[in-house]
Amino acid sequence: MTKNMIMGGLAVFVLAVLSPFWFNMVTTTQAAPEPELLGNAKKATKCVLDKYDMRANHMSLLDEWRDAVVRDADRIYVAANGKSFNMSLSTGENSCLGCHEDKAKFCDSCHNYTSVNPYCWECHTNPKEIE
Amino acid sequence: MMEKSRRRFLKVAGIAAIGLGAAPAMNFAALDSHGSASAVKTKHPDVLVAKRWGMVIDTEKLNDKILKQITNACHIHHNVPDFNHEVDKEKFPKTRPVNHKQEIKWLWKEKFHYAFPDKEDEFLNEKFQNMSFPVLCNHCKNAPCVQACPTQATFSREDGIVLMDFHRCIGCRFCMAACPYGARSFNYRNPAPFIGKIDPDFPIRSKGVVEKCNLCAERLAKGEQPHCVEASEGAIVVGDLEDPASEIRKLLRENYSIRRKQSLGTEPSVYYIV
Repeated sequence: MTKNMIMGGLAVFVLAVLSPFWFNMVTTTQAAPEPELLGNAKKATKCVLDKYDMRANHMSLLDEWRDAVVRDADRIYVAANGKSFNMSLSTGENSCLGCHEDKAKFCDSCHNYTSVNPYCWECHTNPKEIE
Repeated sequence: MMEKSRRRFLKVAGIAAIGLGAAPAMNFAALDSHGSASAVKTKHPDVLVAKRWGMVIDTEKLNDKILKQITNACHIHHNVPDFNHEVDKEKFPKTRPVNHKQEIKWLWKEKFHYAFPDKEDEFLNEKFQNMSFPVLCNHCKNAPCVQACPTQATFSREDGIVLMDFHRCIGCRFCMAACPYGARSFNYRNPAPFIGKIDPDFPIRSKGVVEKCNLCAERLAKGEQPHCVEASEGAIVVGDLEDPASEIRKLLRENYSIRRKQSLGTEPSVYYIV
């Protein structure tokens, strides 16, 4: 009797503790969106940093760029892979959006998924959005 | 014998400890040498440089038409909101009516006695009575706004341009109180509804940020002359004040020029030939 009680209790406990796991197994979750490379970005094989570094550190890279551009008037970034870029989010061919044409599919899809709301676009303009 | 082995043990342990401690340091040094170090940030090949940027405005060559041209060129290209612009009701519903006292201006025209209050003589030359002078940020050598800014959002760049990092501005408006020229404007509201057509080459500002003339630093960096210079039909010249051979130093040598409120000791870098 007590043995059954204990075993039953243990089973309930284990189920409860593992609830996040089986809950995820039962329900379908949305997979993290991959940033889509379109147009120029697809043709170019190299970005500023390599893929994983970019994924993890693009925000600190942009922060560095901002200080370099505003404070030192340095506007060109010669990356470790030898390619040079215009240190700008949205102006000119060689800027972030100059290559990654579709902001919605490149920036927003991941930011929305991870619930990050950077305020870049309050002031910087996506040239595609100007009618 | 016992003492000797203890001594040896301590020696070995000590060397081992040094080795353990050195490994991460060596790794770190190795990482640093071929990591981010090879990426470099450089200037645009066509960049215009100066020891101290300055501006000379030849008021003889100005008239109301050119003044308007200059102001428009500056404001349109820097996405400065115009409170007389008709708001697109569909895009920006719920836009409150404007308060014209809160207008934003980088470059505007001013009468002589407002622009140069300390030079207002009792019997002033008649031509100055009705003349309009373009006024803007003076990019002072001893800029009071830079001293007032608590976040270093406003700073004096090495080449003399007093610049703003809009990202850092917290909207405290100390700089506006400090500036004796009224060259700074505060965004009391979102400027977006009042910008006709956004110029994609320059960002707009958000609510709660101060803004002012930046001497077109973004254009100098690419080797282009400021917008006002291009629109001025030769009335405005920008150049290096510290270079005796520069065009503006030549103009200053050959003409009589005045500066705004120079008795305050801010050392403005904008000269007016009168």
